[in-house]
Order: sequence, then structure tokens, then C-alpha cells
Amino acid sequence: MSEAVKYVPISKEDLSYKSVRETFLEGLLSGLSWLLVAFIVAFLGIIVVRGFPTVSANGFEFLYTSPAKGLDEGGVGPAIFGTVALVLLMTLFALPIGVLTSVYLVEYAGGRQSSRIIRAAVNNLAGVPSIVFGLFGVAFFVLFLGRGLDGLLGYSTSDPLFGKPAILWAAATMALLVLPIVIVNTEEALLAVPVSLRQGSQALGGTQWQTISRVVLPQAVPGILTGSILSISRGAGEVAPILFTGAAFLLQDLPTTQVFGVVPFIDPTKQFMELGYHIFILATQSSDVEKTRPAQYAATLVLLVITFSLNFAAIILRAQFRKRAIR
Amino acid sequence: MRTEQKNRNAVNTQKVSFFYGPKRAIEDISAEMPERQVTAIIGPSGCGKSTFLKALNRISETSGSSVRVEGKIFLFGEDIYAKDVDVTILRKRVGMVFQRPNPFPMTIFDNIAYGPRLFGAKGKADLEVIVERALRQSALWDEVKDRLRSSALGLSGGQQQRMCIARSLAVEPEVLLMDEPCSALDPIATLKIEELILELRKNLTVIIVTHNLQQAGRVSDYTLFFTTDESRIGNLVESGPTREIFSSPKDKRTEDYITGRFG
Ligand SMILES: Nc1ncnc2c1ncn2[C@@H]1O[C@H](COP(=O)(O)OP(=O)(O)O)[C@@H](O)[C@H]1O
Ligand SMILES: [Mg+2]
Repeated sequence: MSEAVKYVPISKEDLSYKSVRETFLEGLLSGLSWLLVAFIVAFLGIIVVRGFPTVSANGFEFLYTSPAKGLDEGGVGPAIFGTVALVLLMTLFALPIGVLTSVYLVEYAGGRQSSRIIRAAVNNLAGVPSIVFGLFGVAFFVLFLGRGLDGLLGYSTSDPLFGKPAILWAAATMALLVLPIVIVNTEEALLAVPVSLRQGSQALGGTQWQTISRVVLPQAVPGILTGSILSISRGAGEVAPILFTGAAFLLQDLPTTQVFGVVPFIDPTKQFMELGYHIFILATQSSDVEKTRPAQYAATLVLLVITFSLNFAAIILRAQFRKRAIR
Repeated sequence: MRTEQKNRNAVNTQKVSFFYGPKRAIEDISAEMPERQVTAIIGPSGCGKSTFLKALNRISETSGSSVRVEGKIFLFGEDIYAKDVDVTILRKRVGMVFQRPNPFPMTIFDNIAYGPRLFGAKGKADLEVIVERALRQSALWDEVKDRLRSSALGLSGGQQQRMCIARSLAVEPEVLLMDEPCSALDPIATLKIEELILELRKNLTVIIVTHNLQQAGRVSDYTLFFTTDESRIGNLVESGPTREIFSSPKDKRTEDYITGRFG
């Protein structure tokens, strides 16, 4: 070795072009990230600041009273009820169908042609704009299924039972919208269950269904639940799918019925109010849009709280199961 | 000498070939595995030992990929690939212990009771008897009897593997297949499993794949030596009592392998 090794200082004294560029890039990226955070904070802040007074006025009566004087006064009670009822019904449809489809795809169809076809269909479903779901819901559920059922049951088109917009069809349409998300999440949860456990069960003489129900599904439940809650909260904020399939402008009645004359129960054939749709109506259809502005902020705040709490529940649930999974 | 006793065969195969899709992994394997003896399958890696073993309880069919068997495999004279065979009964009779311990994420008790429950065992008292017997058989009872209701995942690797053996024993198999059951374990845990295997052979037939020649020498009565050539298709070179295979192999390839000049 003829020359001494060049001494490279490790302190950042020299402002070479390279180090300036690094600092600049890092600054730019972190600046952009923080800008995004700032935007979200501002956005949420405005909604909270403008909405909260209305929500909390008179002991939070906004949360349980009906709209009054057209839409100018009153609260969002029926809309909250409708949103929750819609989400429940939708879950009832989407969860079993989604989970069973994923079980079929992962456990039975494996690499077969049929699984590829179903998966392609599911992926395409995920890319369809939500308004298209709304239109499809009217055409398929309300007009085709609903009228078909009425025909079978002997109801006329002038006094239909099923052949009209209803919370049942809105929930079914919404279920279609979230189905791809449920399926993808469930598939992931199922695939995460090690093959060695499946083989362990089958090597003991377990049938495929015994293996799925006793080993695979219990292991996958946390993943399925968190995924499902996330997809449900996605659905809870959508307006387009329910626009023509069951959401109502203004209703005094809740979509309920009395089973045996006493037990209140969601009546699937009735129309309903929903928060997202209600906000849209307040902002565009009320007699004086300026006058309903506080109500718009307040309703938006309520909707955000509902979706955020769903997401938050999913995060807590996931963390909880992670902790338990650590050996 | 033990091997002098005329044992009938628990498992025997006739010209068995195994295909992964179009690819043939093993070819024309005709072998005999005597009842209540330990048969070791040895050979360089990739020669199809696991493939052969997994054909014996048809567990290879569960992987989802397309596999095919040619030739015949008999369990106590019954063709296990016959049309009317119920694979769940077959697998109950031919248990399997895998390379890595695969405890279910449940309690130790539920792990052991898993198999019996599949076949309709209920009743706490009955299951308790079964679980205790299986754990005693696998020499694990004293170590876990106070923590049956805690998760099996909390056991050490060696304990997990013995629990997996107990889990297999709980359905009272006639044959137990073991695919390199000690390869993930330390020497002491390995020793315990080997002692256990020698104990098990009193009641059932053990067929064990091992890449550890000393282990084959220690635990087995019979040995099947597999190898493969440029064709990458595994075949059976030589079989017989372990002592003979190890002391006076008939085939040059066996000798090379035994003396460490190969693989
Ligand atoms: N699931 C599989 N799909 C395709 N080929 C496989 C599969 N499992 C094993 N093989 C091939 O079969 C041959 C034998 O493998 P294996 O039975 O695992 O050997 P060994 O257990 O003796 O190491 C190897 O060439 C391996 O690549
Ligand atoms: Mg192997």
C-alpha cells in the first residue's frame, strides 16, 4: 500500500452537495407528511368546533330527536337508528357470505380454475364505483327480486311489500359493496393459518370440514373480525348504494315493527333515514342551506364518530389478539 | 435375535411410484415394514423419503396440489388406495408425527383429546382417561400433569414433539409414521424421543425417516435405504435388518452412504 488511506471525517462539517441534497430531501418528505397531518387535524378540528355545540345543545337532544320544521330544526335520531340498523343488516348478509366464499376459495378450490374465476369476479367487484352498486341494487334487488317476491306472494305493484325501496335492499346492496373487502381480509386470515396445523388435524383422521371448523377458523377469527369491522365502517359512510334502494328523505317513523305486538324489531321492508344521506339532503335540499349549516356539521361529526369508533374497535381488537398470539 | 421372529408386515408396498403433477419423485418402491418393529428410512436428502412416508397415510393428498400414486400399498393386507377406503379411518390407524412439532394453539388437554373427539369421544371422565394414558405412553405425564389446562404452545420444543406423539397415540394407531421427528430438537430432547420410540415398538409399528445414521442404528430393527441419481427420481437400493445393512451392505451405494462417502 503506497498511499495512506484517505481520512473521511464522520462529523458533518463539510456541506458537500450530497449532504445538502440528503437534508433537503428528508426535509421535503417530512414536511409533506406533516402537512397531511396538519390538514387532517384542521379538517377534523373544524368539524368538531362547528358541530359539537349543536350536538351537545340541550343535553345532546340532537342525537335522539327527529328532524322538525322540514329539516330546519330537530336532530338526527332516526338517521342514527337507520345507520345502525343498516350496518347490522348488512353485516348479517356480508359476513356469512364473505366468510363462506373465502373458506371455499382457500380451503376447497385452492389453485383450481373455479377459484381463479371467482377471485377475478371479486376483484372486479371491488373496482366498481359505488353509484353503480346503487343502480344495480334498484334493478336487481328492488325491481327483479322484490317484484318477483311480490308476484309470488300475491302483492300488487300498486301496494307492494318487497317491490319498493327498503332497508332490506339497501343493506343487500351495501353488502355487495363491502363483500370484496370481507373476502380479501378473510382469505388473508385463513392463509395465515399454518399448513402444518391443517395437516396435523388431518393426520389424526380429521375430515376437511372438521379441520376447518375446529382448527382453521378459530385461528382465523381475529383476522376475520378486524377485517370485517373495517369493511363495515367503510360501508357505513357510503351514500350511493342506498340512494335509490331504501334511504328516505324524511321519515317520522323508525323502520321497526312489533313482533308479537310487543318486541320492537327492524322491519326490513320499510324505508329508513341514514346519516350520510341525511347530510347530503341537508346540504343540498333544505329550504335554506345556510340555516341548516350547524346541523350539517353536527351530523357529519356524528357520522365520523361512528366510523372512527368502528375503526378504533378494529385496531384494539387486532392489538388484543396480537398480544395473545405472542407465545 | 429379535428380527428372527417371523413378523407379518404392517405395511408393504409393491412397485410404488409417486408423482407431483407430471414429475415422478420416487419409482418402483417395493418394501416391507414388519409389525411391531421400527423401520428406518435413510438416504440423502431429496431422494423421496418424505414422499414415500406421506403416501403411507395419504396425507400428501391434502396439500391441494395434484399428486398421484402408482403401484400398491397395503396396510395389514388391505389396499389403502382402493376406491372404498375412508381416508379418515386410514389416518386414524396410521398416525403421523411431523418434522417440526405442530401443536394446535389450544390447551395440552384439548390437543390430546382432539383426535378422540373427532371420532365421537365425549364425556370428561372418558377423555381424562384417554389423555392420561397417551401422555404416560409418551413419557410426558409427569412433566405436564399439573398444567393440562394451559396452552400447549408454552411447552419446550422437545415437550411439544412428545405431546404431538401423545396426540397421535390418543387415537390408538396401529402404525406411527415419523418424518425426521428430532431434526428440530436438541440432543437431550432427541434422546428422550429415541427412548420413547423403543418403548412404542412394543405396541405398534413405527416407520421413521431420519437423516441421522446413528439414530437409525440406535432405534431401528429394519432399514430401507433410498437414493437418487442424475434422473432425480428416488428409488429403494437396499432393505433388510438394520444390523445387516450397517455391517455388511450388499450394494456399493449403501456402503458409500453408511461410511460417509456420500450425501
Ligand atoms: N409438494 C411437492 N411438489 C413438487 N415436488 C416435490 C414436493 N415435495 C417434494 N418434491 C420433490 O420430490 C423429491 C423428493 O422430495 P422429498 O420426499 O421431500 O425428499 P426427502 O424427504 O428424501 O428429502 C424432491 O426432488 C422434491 O423436490
Ligand atoms: Mg424429507
